[in-house]
Amino acid sequence: MLTGRLVSGLVYLAGRVCLSQGSAGSGAMGPVEAAIRTKLEQALSPEVLELRNESGGHAVPPGSETHFRVAVVSSRFEGLSPLQRHRLVHTALAEELAGPVHALAIQARTPAQWRENPELDTSPPCLGGSKKTRGTP
Amino acid sequence: MSGSLRRAAAALLRWGRGAGGGGFWVPGVRAAGSGAGGGGSAEQLDALVKKDKVVVFLKGTPEQPQCGFSNAVVQILRLHGVRDYAAYNVLDDPELRQGIKDYSNWPTIPQVYLNGEFVGGCDILLQMHQNGDLVEELKKLGIHSALLDEKKDQDSK
Repeated sequence: MLTGRLVSGLVYLAGRVCLSQGSAGSGAMGPVEAAIRTKLEQALSPEVLELRNESGGHAVPPGSETHFRVAVVSSRFEGLSPLQRHRLVHTALAEELAGPVHALAIQARTPAQWRENPELDTSPPCLGGSKKTRGTP
Repeated sequence: MSGSLRRAAAALLRWGRGAGGGGFWVPGVRAAGSGAGGGGSAEQLDALVKKDKVVVFLKGTPEQPQCGFSNAVVQILRLHGVRDYAAYNVLDDPELRQGIKDYSNWPTIPQVYLNGEFVGGCDILLQMHQNGDLVEELKKLGIHSALLDEKKDQDSK
């Protein structure tokens, strides 16, 4: 769908801006990122697991581990709806999502779906929500 | 909270057709916050998500989303010409923010409901938009996606 491509293009471009801010302060893998990796590997035996810490683009201190994007490619997703797939990821990461992780963008694909488009998308830019929450009565 | 509720209620805008092609657009927000009485009990939320065909829980408002993912949801609905939907700003109400997460068994905001059924968050709505499912789901609700008209226009050229 033409407009669909347009939107994902916009999201993509916007995400790049966000990321370029984020990448400046990012260094080695933090403990939350490590935990996410380990738990998803244990729960879903993914063929591909791509994880990106997008926290740098948000209103959080440098080095934070609050905003992530993950691509999980697993044959376990065969025959499951997007909702069911996401719930599997949420369940595996329940502890992280109840604690440090504020945002988790999920691409849950089967191996065949991943081969069609093997890319970790980028997220739309932060609009400062949590920052404004703190400042708002 | 009550102030923002009043503002949002006052912002009950139904944008008439006129500016063809869907350039300028104002969402038909009918509420923000948690409605009368506040809170996020399962009964209240159950009524809330069933009250309107399209219900979204956002960080911020459709006019001023406070999060990129919430903004993406607003923009997708805009593309489909869905103007008449209920949007609730969870940043106005901590009880609603936690309540809807528990009710949907979904840990993040935004959240989208169609016909009282939980659809998912930004990723899933975007996916449905891209693969054409959203047009179909809207059709089931009697909502004609503006993208169908756009496609027709292109075909006729």
